[in-house]
Amino acid sequence: MADMNSQQLLSTVMPASANRQILLSLENIRKEFGSRRVLDDVSLDIHEGEVTVVLGPSGCGKSTLLRCLNGLEPIQGGNLRLRGEPMPGSTGDWRAIRQQIGMVFQSVELFPHLNVIENLLLGPVQVQRRKKAEVLVEARAWLQRVGLADRELSYPRELSGGQKQRVAIVRALCLNPVAMLFDEVTAALDPEMVREVLDVILELAHEGMTLVIVTHEMGFARAVADRVVFMDEGRIVEISPPSIFFEQPATARAQRFLDKFLYLPRHAEQKL
Amino acid sequence: MVDNSLELLLKNLPLLLDGLISTLTIALASVILGLLLGCVVGIAHLSRSSAVRTAAKIYLEAFRIIPVIVWLFVAFFAIPIAFNLTISGETAAILILSLWGGAEMSDLVRGALTSIPVAQFEAGRALGLSEIQLYRQIIIPQAIRRLLPGAVNLITRMIKTTSLVVLVGVVDVVKRAQQIIERTHEALPLYAFLFVLFFILCYPLSLLSRWLERKWPT
Amino acid sequence: MVFDLSFLTRHLPDFERALLLTVGLGVAAIVGSLVVGLLGNAFRNLPLPGARLAVRSYVELARNTPLLVQLFFLYFGLPSLGIHWSGLTCAILGLTFLGGSYMIESIRAGLDAVKKEQIEAGLSLGLSRFQLVRHVILPQALATALPGVAANCIFLLKETSIVGIIAVPDLMHLTLGLIGLYYKTYESLLLLTLAYLLMILPASWALARLERRLRYGRQFA
Repeated sequence: MADMNSQQLLSTVMPASANRQILLSLENIRKEFGSRRVLDDVSLDIHEGEVTVVLGPSGCGKSTLLRCLNGLEPIQGGNLRLRGEPMPGSTGDWRAIRQQIGMVFQSVELFPHLNVIENLLLGPVQVQRRKKAEVLVEARAWLQRVGLADRELSYPRELSGGQKQRVAIVRALCLNPVAMLFDEVTAALDPEMVREVLDVILELAHEGMTLVIVTHEMGFARAVADRVVFMDEGRIVEISPPSIFFEQPATARAQRFLDKFLYLPRHAEQKL
Repeated sequence: MVDNSLELLLKNLPLLLDGLISTLTIALASVILGLLLGCVVGIAHLSRSSAVRTAAKIYLEAFRIIPVIVWLFVAFFAIPIAFNLTISGETAAILILSLWGGAEMSDLVRGALTSIPVAQFEAGRALGLSEIQLYRQIIIPQAIRRLLPGAVNLITRMIKTTSLVVLVGVVDVVKRAQQIIERTHEALPLYAFLFVLFFILCYPLSLLSRWLERKWPT
Repeated sequence: MVFDLSFLTRHLPDFERALLLTVGLGVAAIVGSLVVGLLGNAFRNLPLPGARLAVRSYVELARNTPLLVQLFFLYFGLPSLGIHWSGLTCAILGLTFLGGSYMIESIRAGLDAVKKEQIEAGLSLGLSRFQLVRHVILPQALATALPGVAANCIFLLKETSIVGIIAVPDLMHLTLGLIGLYYKTYESLLLLTLAYLLMILPASWALARLERRLRYGRQFA
């Protein structure tokens, strides 16, 4: 099974997506850290309402890709577009874009000196200049939905990892973004708390929100993704719907990746 | 103006150097005594006896709360009266600077020892090391690493504080400079000289302390 | 050791006055140092070439020279250049010069302690640079810097004991004068010690309590 280039891969995307509008597009993205090329000619279109899960071995560039989408990492080549409009360059003003594209981090990063509600209000009130009373209603509704209504006045240090991450998701949602980026948001959580966070993300997916998710949770990836983007060494190697990717991936590299993650006993003839 | 100043300094260099020797002697003696004293008292802070710990604590707090210059004057003025001895400025200076340095050092030593995780002691004992081996091979090396940057910083502070001894009559480099000023009325170049002199003495130590901190980050 | 109580009571008002002056001086120095500390860090972070070097040079110069020399330089050296400042002015300037360098370092440590990820989280919410500094960086930086700042404040209060050498009528100046005049060494030194205890102990306790309250109120997860 030969590896396909980015252009060829686009044709393997599920036909249903072709009817939806393109929300985010990455065209020939090139990113280097010094002399090391981390993203090499990466092209991808993300449609409205689509849930894209990005998988790949460590160092393949998946987190970097995500971070380029909201300007946390500058790119050295290629174009980024939101609804066709070019995104700001490395010296531009990303504030408007960042209000539309929310991001949740692996290390959570709630502001420790503010309680939950203060964390939620900061963005909408300071950045979007909305009235506090109005935002409070929305914020409380979100907290209710994720089951943390009674934790409004708690400080981050008083919450468990799963609770904090749910608050972090809600914090990003309070800005009413059109898309959400999730960067391995459960990787640092204790196993029992992973589910409560993934459930929230799943719900967002079912409501039709555009999501780009980097994760190692294969079961979750399979359940939530509209399509799987598999990356290796800074390039997109394969794009497939989850049903195909996890059963019979189109590329050998994807197969090798899955072998490492799904711990199945090896047969005698299989190479290590 | 600068040429005149340099000429002035060169002419009076022997006097200034003489004062500098005095300064450095006092500083060196105080540093050696103070650091040794500090190690002993530092361990005393961790003693099992609460009486010893309290005594150490009172000693530390006494020098933490009362400024060094006050102690200097207490020593210089009160000791002759109390013990019916004459005490030279140098002696009072070395006495107080050592005691103060010892107090500060004891806090550093205590901090260094307590910052070593208990797990290190446990691991060492689990490997079958005797107490002496444990301390020599595991604990003391680590304690020294945690101690050194702060200790070097303390030495810098002690050198700066040595400048105070001019106030109890010691003919150190500051006093010599003042004598020259009295004669020549050239205050600016001489105080500038002192400024630069102390900077040359202390800056390398400051760099050393920083380098040590970077080499052994905690 | 016999204390002449009448001497003590007679000169109490003198000590009171000197204590107030010393405290006032200390407070002025603390305020000045904090201003220098904040401005120094603001300047240091400007995208100007040489800004960091300039601040670093100042800090190293101030920290590696004794206050005594700095004060003598200001009070006895500057008149050669035609600048005649009073002892009190020189004292405030000298203490601020020294204290400012300590504050710059303490506040810088606080700023450096704010995680890069926190800044990214703030940026992801669309915060501007100013909003980021105000809502995310400064609160955390100041909380981290507080112990260092508190220690610097105590340090400055103690360093005020040196200013007597440039004719500031502070506690040391008074004590030496009294000893010279009346030979009441024990009594004078006792009052001196009590005065410093009175000044430093409450400050030390107050700042320790403030530190503790901040640590419990805002413990970082």
